[in-house]
Amino acid sequence: MACRQFWASRAASYLRVSLFNRTFSAVIKDLKYCDSHEWVKVDGKSATIGITDHAQDHLGDVVYVELPEVGKGVTQGESFGAVESVKATSDINSPVSGKVVEVNEELNSSPGLVNSSPYKDGWIIKVEVSDSGELNNLMDSEQYSKFCEEEDSKH
Amino acid sequence: MAPLMNLVRLRGFPILQQLHLEERMLRTSSSNWCIINDGTTSPTVVMGLSGKVPELVEAKSVLRDHIPVIRRFTGGGTVIVDQGTIFVTLICNKDDVSDVQPFPRPIMSWSGQLYDQVFKGLADFHLRENDYVFGDRKFGGNAQSITKHRWVHHTSFLWDYEVKNMSYLKLPAKAPKYRLTRDHTDFVCSMKEYLPRSEFVERTIKAIGAQFSVKSINLESTEIPSSSQFVHTTRLLTEQELLDACTIQT
Repeated sequence: MACRQFWASRAASYLRVSLFNRTFSAVIKDLKYCDSHEWVKVDGKSATIGITDHAQDHLGDVVYVELPEVGKGVTQGESFGAVESVKATSDINSPVSGKVVEVNEELNSSPGLVNSSPYKDGWIIKVEVSDSGELNNLMDSEQYSKFCEEEDSKH
Repeated sequence: MAPLMNLVRLRGFPILQQLHLEERMLRTSSSNWCIINDGTTSPTVVMGLSGKVPELVEAKSVLRDHIPVIRRFTGGGTVIVDQGTIFVTLICNKDDVSDVQPFPRPIMSWSGQLYDQVFKGLADFHLRENDYVFGDRKFGGNAQSITKHRWVHHTSFLWDYEVKNMSYLKLPAKAPKYRLTRDHTDFVCSMKEYLPRSEFVERTIKAIGAQFSVKSINLESTEIPSSSQFVHTTRLLTEQELLDACTIQT
């Protein structure tokens, strides 16, 4: 077990990925996070959004993703779509406000990408951001890791 | 002090209206709600959010017999409900059930513990995968919807059922492992073999009362916005959609 943790830490460091010990859920250093377990990658006015490794692990196998229409407005903290897993539909909430410019159509045929690649191939929507100042309301990777550890330790 | 749970008791309430009410309660209310609907009206097929008619429903039969088909806002599988179905729905603020993480499996497990209390001493009750069973026979199906601060867990209980109605449902491609290859009649069982309807309802209310302060409310007094002011996800499928499914199935 100690050996596995050692190699996991080495790999994490190389990939610029954080691991927290209890669950081995990955957190990517350069992303921003909200307390409903979505991540956002911002590049100027463009943002890519998905759900975190912690979220996909707790949700179980995703069998369906309800995607919004391109052109729809999204608001920070409010729902824009849903994932279905086990017997549940779970809201996906937007970390930023703006307008949907692209959705990941691959998720229609391969919803499991949200589980297997939550930060890369499992991205959900891309948004044209309307208020960059809202990013200050989000957590960085360290704050999010701590948030997840605290949540998990309460239960 | 135990959090408040508003209890709405219905009988023979149409399932489409019940699901619409649940959606409005989940999205527009900040109170906890328990709905118990003792039997719905006529037989109705109810699919989960991502359900596909050609895979789950005998489209030709439902069209022939004018059986309504609903797609509901929660996840999960397909059921046929009628006067023999008892519905129990719990809509909770996550902070009022703070020892339960607002994710599918912890909520499911919590519900299993609740119904452990309901059936204690009466039957060999288990939560098996995501179903409620007596022994290895399913008598209750579950589904959930989870938002940022609230969640709904609802169950359709087979107090009794008509074997012929099961023929409107196809054998699902994805079935729980414990089902093995059993068809509907060997897989499900009815609660009426175990306890009277009224006793089930009273025991359920008592079990909920161990965790919440239960207050009975009339439907008219719920102060939930009317249907006309809300866009529901749950909807009745159109005749055209069922015809399209027929075409795929032939």
